[in-house]
Amino acid sequence: MNGVHDMGGMDGFGKVEVEANEPTFHEAWEGRVMAMVRAMGANAGFNIDMQRFSRESIPPATYLAASYYQKWFLGLVKTLLDNKLVGADEISAGHALRAGAALPRGPFEKKDVTRIMTRGSFYRDAAQPPKFKVGDKVRARNINPTTHTRLPRYVRGHVGTVELLHGSQVFPDTQAHLRGENPQWLYTVVFSGRDLWGEDSDPTVKVSVDAFEPYLEPAP
Amino acid sequence: MHDHDHDDHGSELSDTQLRVRALETILTEKGYVDPAALDAIVEAYETKIGPRNGARVVAKAWTDPAFKAALLQDASKAIATLGHFSRVGDHLVAVENTPQRHNVIVCTLCSCYPWEMLGLPPVWYKASPYRSRTVKDPRGVLKDFGVTLPQTTEIRVWDSTAETRFLVLPMQPAGTEGWSEEQLAEIVTRDSMIGTGLPTVTK
Repeated sequence: MNGVHDMGGMDGFGKVEVEANEPTFHEAWEGRVMAMVRAMGANAGFNIDMQRFSRESIPPATYLAASYYQKWFLGLVKTLLDNKLVGADEISAGHALRAGAALPRGPFEKKDVTRIMTRGSFYRDAAQPPKFKVGDKVRARNINPTTHTRLPRYVRGHVGTVELLHGSQVFPDTQAHLRGENPQWLYTVVFSGRDLWGEDSDPTVKVSVDAFEPYLEPAP
Repeated sequence: MHDHDHDDHGSELSDTQLRVRALETILTEKGYVDPAALDAIVEAYETKIGPRNGARVVAKAWTDPAFKAALLQDASKAIATLGHFSRVGDHLVAVENTPQRHNVIVCTLCSCYPWEMLGLPPVWYKASPYRSRTVKDPRGVLKDFGVTLPQTTEIRVWDSTAETRFLVLPMQPAGTEGWSEEQLAEIVTRDSMIGTGLPTVTK
């Protein structure tokens, strides 16, 4: 979706503010949100793409005003409601009103912590060989789905060069909407800054994205 | 429930605190999570998983050419040989800074970051200024960090738009030849592995 989360190249947000000796969490609730997201993601089977889409779907004004973990909290509540694991009446009441459903991997307990500390693999067998090879010129397709995608707006329509082939992986555009893992080849495609930002921009800049094969078409 | 006076305690933050606490109560009462398991997750990120992991990898690459070659070839595989301190998934790529090229990592769409190597990302990495500007004006962003590079250096920005995670292998500072791996790890900052800083020699 062309949401406000897709902010590469936008102006007006100001200077990067760096906090010296930043703590892991500024408030205890941030850690609880992070842990709940990880725990429910792991044992309720919320995949990372549906969790991303739940945060991207936060209304733009709220998204921009919310802190990072506030966005995570809003996204988690939405995912829990959408999956009928928690009711809106329970969120209002602040406590459970009914027994819980059975989670695919059962309740999240201490024994589960070690398992989630290593990222899972997103590699999946491909149905066919890759269409592109390193060095090929490719154009990022001009797609504008209202659903989840990982092709940022600022590269759409531009021609770049395939630099790396990462193998075949879970396709976020379908996985986010529970329409299957639908494995696709993943490439690092590099663009010149001038192609993206025009003749007046810094000639020494190159920018790459990781792009799934359906995002790309051959460029002459 | 607390009987707070809203004039004193009705801030957005305390509202968020209350809502988060309520959600944890709901998830616990419904039998979805054990709060002690949540404690363990928080503790792991506060105490075990941080930029020291990445710094050890960089220091080893600086002192061991075979490891460096393996790291640049396949970072996930190379780091897996180092043992349990740095459990990484399958999708880590290390990118090398050279006198000709400086690498910077960003996630314009959200916050993708090599957690196992660097811990949880700092607020600025997840905030709009860094996410919006890094792909368009990386030199301007580097200036915000006090980093100025020669005008001829290529600036290579890696936008983390899939599950690949990137780790910058910074250049070893002059004057640190012959240092031990442990000494070198001390000068490898978090930001130098994101590309928004350089290793600093303070001794």
